[in-house]
Amino acid sequence: MIEPILHVTLAVLAIAMIGLIYRLVKGPTVPDRVIALDAMGINLVSITAVLSMILDTSNYLDVILLIGILAFIGTVAFAKFLEKGEVIEYDRDQ
Amino acid sequence: MTVTSEVFIAVLLLIGAFLSLVAAFGLIRLPDVYTRNHAASKSATLGVMCILLATFFYFLAADGFFSSRLLLGIAFFFITAPVAGHLISRAAYNSGVKMWDQSVRDDLKDKAKKEAASKR
Repeated sequence: MIEPILHVTLAVLAIAMIGLIYRLVKGPTVPDRVIALDAMGINLVSITAVLSMILDTSNYLDVILLIGILAFIGTVAFAKFLEKGEVIEYDRDQ
Repeated sequence: MTVTSEVFIAVLLLIGAFLSLVAAFGLIRLPDVYTRNHAASKSATLGVMCILLATFFYFLAADGFFSSRLLLGIAFFFITAPVAGHLISRAAYNSGVKMWDQSVRDDLKDKAKKEAASKR
């Protein structure tokens, strides 16, 4: 009974992904593109969750956590690169 | 699965999909980086949390499978997505991205000037 609703959710998420890709391609500044990439990662997590319900398997639930952690680390690294010019600082230079 | 749990899961799924669509729409329509970040970091977070909660209840109702990984994922997104939004917005301000030309208030500008004066 819940199958059609799962497919509708997947279609809506795909449409949202297309909107985010538009902002990723067009975005006038770099932070715009990073925000769009972060939102795409979050959307990918939702798509994985819906897909695991459609396939009726619980084996993909690790992937959800993994994508979330990777998206967060990537965004933090990009933010630090934009602000300081380097990701890992070397602060003992004399 | 009973009908009640199916309706509950379907409503959670549709709310999550709608919020993700709202986030994408805000990212397309809003005028500058800060308003776009506001749209993306809030509604996308709530959308993914609704969908993960629906997945959790689906596996609980269909297989009787209590997935603690999904609960951990919900908590993780609730903590990290606003932090990521804050960091990228701060990086945008400090690297000199202009605000929308019709925005009227910039409290951070005076503070940065005052800090630069006290350092000198």
